[in-house]
Order: sequence, then C-alpha cells, then structure tokens
Amino acid sequence: MSAAPICFSQFTSHPYTVSWAVGAVKKGTPQARTFTRGIQTVTLIPGDGIGPEISTAVMKIFEAAEAPIQWEERNVTAIQGPGGKWMIPPDAKESMDRNKIGLKGPLKTPIAAGHPSMNLLLRKTFDLYANVRPCVSIEGYKTPYSDVNLVTIRENTEGEYSGIEHVIVDGVVQSIKLITEQASQRIADYAFEYARNNQRASVTAVHKANIMRMSDGLFLRKCREAAEKHKDVKFTEMYLDTVCLNMVQDPTQFDVLVMPNLYGDILSDLCAGLIGGLGVTPSGNIGANGVAIFESVHGTAPDIAGKDMANPTALLLSAVMMLRHMGLHGHAKKIEAACFDTIRDEKVRTKDLGGNSKCSEFTEAICQRVRDMQ
Amino acid sequence: MTFLTQNPTVTSLWEFLKNKDQIPQRVFTPPPARYGGRHTVTLIPGDGIGPELAHHVRELFRFCCVPVDFEVVNVDSSMASEDDINNAIMAIRRNGVALKGNIETNHNLPPSYKSRNSLLRTTLDLYANVMHCQSLPGVRTRHKNIDIMIIRENTEGEYSSLEHENVPGVVECLKIITKTKSLRIADYAFRAARATGRRRVTAVHKANIMKLADGLFLECCKEVASGYPEISFDSMIVDNTTMQLVSRPQQFDVMVMPNLYGNVVSNVCAGLVGGPGLVPGANYGEDYAVFETGTRNTGKSIANHNTANPTAMLLASCLLLDHVKLHAYASMIRRAILSTITETRLHTADLGGQGSTSEVVQSIMNAVQSTGPQTLSI
Repeated sequence: MSAAPICFSQFTSHPYTVSWAVGAVKKGTPQARTFTRGIQTVTLIPGDGIGPEISTAVMKIFEAAEAPIQWEERNVTAIQGPGGKWMIPPDAKESMDRNKIGLKGPLKTPIAAGHPSMNLLLRKTFDLYANVRPCVSIEGYKTPYSDVNLVTIRENTEGEYSGIEHVIVDGVVQSIKLITEQASQRIADYAFEYARNNQRASVTAVHKANIMRMSDGLFLRKCREAAEKHKDVKFTEMYLDTVCLNMVQDPTQFDVLVMPNLYGDILSDLCAGLIGGLGVTPSGNIGANGVAIFESVHGTAPDIAGKDMANPTALLLSAVMMLRHMGLHGHAKKIEAACFDTIRDEKVRTKDLGGNSKCSEFTEAICQRVRDMQ
Repeated sequence: MTFLTQNPTVTSLWEFLKNKDQIPQRVFTPPPARYGGRHTVTLIPGDGIGPELAHHVRELFRFCCVPVDFEVVNVDSSMASEDDINNAIMAIRRNGVALKGNIETNHNLPPSYKSRNSLLRTTLDLYANVMHCQSLPGVRTRHKNIDIMIIRENTEGEYSSLEHENVPGVVECLKIITKTKSLRIADYAFRAARATGRRRVTAVHKANIMKLADGLFLECCKEVASGYPEISFDSMIVDNTTMQLVSRPQQFDVMVMPNLYGNVVSNVCAGLVGGPGLVPGANYGEDYAVFETGTRNTGKSIANHNTANPTAMLLASCLLLDHVKLHAYASMIRRAILSTITETRLHTADLGGQGSTSEVVQSIMNAVQSTGPQTLSI
C-alpha cells in the first residue's frame, strides 16, 4: 500500500530549472533548437471531433497575421509499445521533444479501448506539472460577471488524482491524496515566476489546511518558502471555501491562484464558467525540460463535427497564450485583439456565442481584421 | 425538517426481522429536554462574530417570549486540551439540540490538534448537513430565482483527518467512503426531497477520476434512487457542476454529495444568493441536531464591529425552533426577518448597505411586535 516508489521514480529522473523553462523564453532569447530563418516550429495535434476544423482555422489566422510559426502535425492516438505498455507514438514524442512547444485540440477517450486517457498519457510522458488557465472576461460575450481577470495555476501530477485507491473491506473504500515536497515546491516556484513574468501583483495559495493539516500544510509551507524568494510579488493564503464564496460574489479581488490538483480542477472550471464556459477558455500545460503544450479544454463535440459550426475561440486563445510564452507579444496582441473585436462586433458569431455564422465565416472575419491591422 | 424526528417504532419481532438488513434506524429516540413546557438548548458561541450573534439570538428569543432556555458552553479554541469540546458534546447529548457559532482552527498548529468543529460533528454522528439556498427578495444578486437544497455528507470523505508521512517529504491523506454512510446520506436526501415535494436529486461526484471512492458513492445513490420512483435522479461531475452553477443555477433542485464537494458547492451557492450572512445551515444526526450559519465562517475581521449580518444565525435559530416543534414562533420570527431583508436601507455591509447589526435586530423586533400575537389580557 505504500506509494513512495511511484513518487521517487517520477521525480528523480529530470533535473529541471523553472527559470530556464519560463524565464529564458520570456526574455525573448530564441530557442536554438527550432531556429531556422526566424521561424519556430510547433507541434500541432489537431485531435478528434471538431479538432481538425478549429486547428485549420487557427492555422489560417496565423498565416494571415504572418506569425513566424511553422506547424508540424502529429497524431497522438495511443499505441501499445514493447512490454504491453501504452504510450504515444514515437514520432509524436520525438517531434515534441525537439520543438518543445505544442498546440493540442480536443482528444476523445474511447471507453472500451483499453488504454488510459490520452491527456493522462501526454501528462505522464512530458511531466506536465502545471496547468495554467488565464480567465479574462471577453468583451462582447456577456456573462453575469464582468471584469474577471485572474489566472489559476493548478498542480497537475499528484494530489487527489493520484489514482491510488483500495477497497479495504467490502463497502469501505479509501482513496489516497498524495502531496510531495518536490511537486509542491515546483508548482509554487512556477506560480511566482509566472506572476513575475506577466506583471501580476499577487499570488494566493488556496488550501484546506484546517482540515488536511499535514498534506495541505506541506503545500502551504512550500508556497511560503517560494514567497520568501520572490518578495516583489504579494503572497496571501485563503481557504478553499472562502475563495469559492468570494469568487462568485466579487471575482475582481483575485489575481493569480495556485493550488493542488482537485481544488485546481474545480476552481479553474468555476472561473471558466465565470467568463463564458470552456468554449472560450484558453489553457496551457507546462512541463519539465521546457516543454509546454497549449490546448483547448472543451470536448470533441462529435455532434457538430464536420458541419462547420465549431467555435475556434478556445484553441485560438490558447495559441495566443503560446505566442506569449514564446515571446512573440506583438503577434499575440494583434490576433487576440482581432478575435475580441470580432466577437464584440456581434455580426459574425458562431452558434454557441449567440450568433448563427459558420466557423469559416468567423475565421475569415478574424483574418480580415488581422490583415487590416498590418 | 420534522420528518426526521418521527422515527418508526418497531411494533413486532417480525417487523424487526423484515427490516434489519435495511438502513439501520435507531429504535429508541431520547425525548427532547422539555420540562415545564420549556426547552433547553445548548448554545456554543464560538469565535469571531459568534458571541455577538449568540447574544442577539437570546435577546430576540427573550423579546418574543420563546420558551427556550439556553445552556451556554464556551469552547476556547486556543487551548490544546479537548476538555472544552468534550463538555460541549456532553451538553449537546443532554439537550439533544444546539445552536453553534464557528470555532476557529489555527492551521499552523501541529496535526494532533484536530478541528473542534469536525470533532463535534463526527462524535455526535451528525451525518447530514443541509443548506437551503434561496434567492431572497430585496437582496441584489447576479442570478435570480435560485432554490437549491444542498445535502452534504458530514462525517467522512476527505475530512477523515487520517494523514501520515511514510517518507520525509511525501504526505498521504486518506479519503474514506463507506457504503453504509453513502446509503444513509442518499436516503436522507431522497426522504428530504419527498417531504418537501421536490422533484429532482442530483448527485455531485468525480467518479471518472476517483473510480472506486466516488464510484461507490454514486452506486449507493443510484440504489436508493430506485426506491423513490417519483423523484428523478441524475449525476454531475463536480467541475461541470460549478460551471453550471455560475451560469445557470436555476436548473438545480436537490443536490447530494460527499464532504469536500459539499464544502465547495455550498459556498458557491451561498455566494450566489447573497453571501455568508444570509444562509443558515443545519447538521442532523439520528439523535442530535446542531444549527449554525451555512458557510461556517468565524468572521474574525468584523468581530465586535457591530457590522455582521445576523440574518444567517437568526434563520438558523428559526430552523431550531422548527426542529423542537415550536412552529408558530419559528414562522413569526422568520416573517419578521424576511420583511426586514426587503428594506434595503437596513442592509449590513456585506449586502452593500450601511446598517448595523443592532439596527437590523431592532427592526426585526419591531416587525414581530407589530405583526405578532397580542397578549389578550393581563
């Protein structure tokens, strides 16, 4: 029943430095490995369902904006490697390891396929330890909440989602929540680095240490230590229930939130709901060794796949997040402004945003705006 | 919630044998502490705004001539020994009913110091936490027409406080889900839905990730649901639930869930209807009932400023009166509270107004005086 062996094998193999993963990129120094004629290569994983259409839309918009990005398409459907272990195809892995940056559409998890979910496989393969979701209210897409501007940073590898469960006796089940010093330190350091690099004023640690004294207590201690190292960013700690209570009354009081896995899952979806749902929320996963995969978090929507009805906003905003991560702030701002202007204009909007235009029309409107901005 | 106090008494051995494999129900209910027509209720003021709100409750009860006497038990949260909380528990066992403020837990103390509130709940086996979130007239919120009853398992789940450090730097915390307790809370939820005429129960879970634990909880809910064909049952994953709550909360009716998700969902719902100062909460067990504010805040920052919103605590005291079957007094006070809420100039700071706690309580007393029963003769 001991979980220690799983932990150590996970964490002793990668020597990493957060500052290299984030800081070097933010300063604008080019990544030597993908530098050919100033164009950076990015691995694109279109995904299933509406994935291919929205990926095409994003590629078109990037072309119109003349962003120096070259796309390398890969498929990540799991295959069974030697020894029966499920893994992602080796060419996809090799492409990601080379390019370090990826953009992913929605992936479906077939129920009886026998393999674990692809998202889980990707997370394990590249050690994607931080899930970053910036939630900013979209002008032009009205929700009961305006002026939301916060970022949720969620620890993505351990916590309540370790998957370690046992049946003790018939009718009694225990599920183990694992918190380790290394993972907590890693995510806390990342949160403060992110705050510093993106000019955010404060970081709030979300916890339930009054009940889970040792586990959330350890997480909190590591956050406090990271706060000591980053005195320029304000640090506060708040109970999970207080955060939830205040979030639905006044979301403007929050800036960057850092938390373990389960709370992060709930809170990041709560914040996505505040700005309009998963169809307009970007998301990025940061991994060890400088790997970063940006993705849209909505589902594959098989009922509208292939009908030119999909909304590419989520994937587009994730791609904008990717540009910012790579240091291409000019292009990021242009594309984001074009996207928001199109939504605000209300003339060309996809069905889920309240209009009745096609995906291609929406994409073309954004491309036109981007071209006009050049 | 009077149905809970109507325990079926076993009339024959045959009935006992027939029912013994079902959800265990206590055969003997201790009688309420009611002597000379007056009830005795344990009062635990707690920390922060607790003492002042407890004072207001007593003031109001005295004014309305409610036949309830309070046995005050103070619990000092800074003391390391558990004597205080054990005294409180004994007092609640004696009286059967309690009104409680939140007792602060300093999370920087070592793990041997358990949360006092949690201890109270688990020792008395107050397995159901019920919070009824309703949009109140006169309170400005982003969403209207909310009417959700949240039923949260109160004794197990993530709050088992079983943690250990096998290897330095690696902490494991156990989340326990048992079949008996899941069946019990699901049964409570369906009985409550039936008693209040509600049509739909939603189970909130995360069984796609925690397949065994939340899977067991979901199985138990489905099993109980089959016994209540007139009530529709569905389930929803917790992250989708929070997203739906902030976009369209009107779709929910009764929600049942394990402990931690209950914490999140009840706080979200309380925020949606106007904040922590408006919603009362009740903790029911087989033999005991403890009433408190729904979101269990100590309100340390506004303690003794006369700005706290007394509505939650006063509505909790109305729930208490309903529990001890003093329905006339309960409705009288509840009516007065609701009429005061509609007066926006008396809103306290948490509702965006500038009224003080004492002004609100005074206004409630005036409302009671003008609409309540008159003394017929001296």
